[in-house]
Amino acid sequence: MNQHIYSAVTAIGLFLLLTNVKPAWAESLESASNSPPVSDGIQTPAPPLSPDYFPCTTCHEKGKTNNQRRQLKTDHTDIVFEHDEKNRWCLDCHAPLDRDKLHLASGELIEFSQSYRLCGQCHGPTYRDWKVGVHGKRTGMWNGQKNYFLCVHCHDPHSPAIKPIQPFPAPDKPTGKPFLLGAKNK
Amino acid sequence: MSLNNKPSRQLNRRKFLGDSVKSALGIAAGLAVPGVLSGCGTKEIENFFQKHFLELSPAELKSLLARLERENLKKYGKSTVVSAKPAMPGVLFGYGLDLSRCIGCRRCVHACVKENNQSRDPAIQWIRVLEFSKEKGIDFAEANPYYCAPGSGAGAADSSNKLPAAPPPQLTGEQKQILADPVSQYPLYKEKETEGPGCKVPRPEHFYVPISCQQCENPPCVKVCPVKATWKEPDGIVVIDYNWCIGCRYCMAACPYGARHFNWAEPKLPSEDVNPDMHYLGNRPRYRGVVEKCTYCIQRTRNGRYPACVEICPVGARKFGNLLDPNSEIRYILEHKRVLILKNDLATRPKFFYFYGL
Repeated sequence: MNQHIYSAVTAIGLFLLLTNVKPAWAESLESASNSPPVSDGIQTPAPPLSPDYFPCTTCHEKGKTNNQRRQLKTDHTDIVFEHDEKNRWCLDCHAPLDRDKLHLASGELIEFSQSYRLCGQCHGPTYRDWKVGVHGKRTGMWNGQKNYFLCVHCHDPHSPAIKPIQPFPAPDKPTGKPFLLGAKNK
Repeated sequence: MSLNNKPSRQLNRRKFLGDSVKSALGIAAGLAVPGVLSGCGTKEIENFFQKHFLELSPAELKSLLARLERENLKKYGKSTVVSAKPAMPGVLFGYGLDLSRCIGCRRCVHACVKENNQSRDPAIQWIRVLEFSKEKGIDFAEANPYYCAPGSGAGAADSSNKLPAAPPPQLTGEQKQILADPVSQYPLYKEKETEGPGCKVPRPEHFYVPISCQQCENPPCVKVCPVKATWKEPDGIVVIDYNWCIGCRYCMAACPYGARHFNWAEPKLPSEDVNPDMHYLGNRPRYRGVVEKCTYCIQRTRNGRYPACVEICPVGARKFGNLLDPNSEIRYILEHKRVLILKNDLATRPKFFYFYGL
């Protein structure tokens, strides 16, 4: 009896493979992974690309690349790379053959404006929190249209730890002098 | 509470009560009221006999708001809109603050001042950012609100009792630009933000807890008000009617969070800094002798917008939403994150939730 079931399942599987017919659930899964994972309402400010470098294809010719993992000596020496630097390098994120784009692990090319999908490949829980608006920042309406910020607005993608910044002025300290006498300004 | 008459002729509720008592000592109490009011114009009498905000008819409310707008125009030379928009049905506001993200940059403090028309001199700030050392944890006795102040070295807690060597610095042009356009602070790691001398936050081995009104469900400040000048609105915001407040400051004594602030002097607000989008219970200019506090930016949030502190926060530590909406950010936080409230043992039931996003 079991044997019959196994062979039936195998036959169906083979049939699906050969005829390239996909069940409905496979279709929906695939479309979910292809479309931006956040609903269409997602809006972010433009990614903070340096106008000194972007578009990258002004220097990097499309279709040509040096796949050799190496230390950059002449160009981009200002980039401090502290992002799992032992295991990663430029072309793990930047598309080798089209430098105006990024690529996912699957090989899919994405625009810089969708870089959150790239980050989300490794930082799953953070990505999940970002999508519901708990990690990172949103502006706009608490009950309507929201603006998201990209990961790279706060985190330098090459060195993602938040850098210390200058605070705004501290509050006045109580001066100890009789306040009302000095403030009689009516 | 007239803003325009000379001080000698000004009559407010407190002065009136005092004068009445004095007069009553000498003459019959019945004669005292007309005696005190005899020096007033019709406008002052109108102000004086204003009803409690919650008892105003729609027509009275309209004329009251129009009067306030006229006063603003006269005082600041700027046309303003004073709204009294009521709470939305089915909304209870809640606030989340991610302690694992806050870097203590104080941008929220100054965005709040700008949005809510606080007095610039004497400076009143509704948000106070406390610095704690990681070694000691949350110990309010060790909290330092003056970190990175000039004249206090790097802002160490041990020098917090010394007077500053110089007056507190005004906002720089760059800082004003960030307040005017929060998006301009991105990317956060650009050189001008992170390079250069000076005290930087977060300081190593420290963490930061910004404190403002916790919008308690069981607010002790409301209980003690002898004249019902402060109350909790249906959307959970604790508000103050500045025209009704007599300045007794009982509420400040009752508040366990130090969230309420008193206008000891006539508030100074340069007219170019006036935010013309006002709410009667929120950011309209205050008077000398009244108490004020955070209202979750009632003029923004009742129109669906995020509070100013949420919009300025560079690291996205501040979250805001409707506690009654199961899909809101704040509900996600309450259901998925480690949440704490301040002074839980006092049973004030704050709607301001600190959480750890990590």
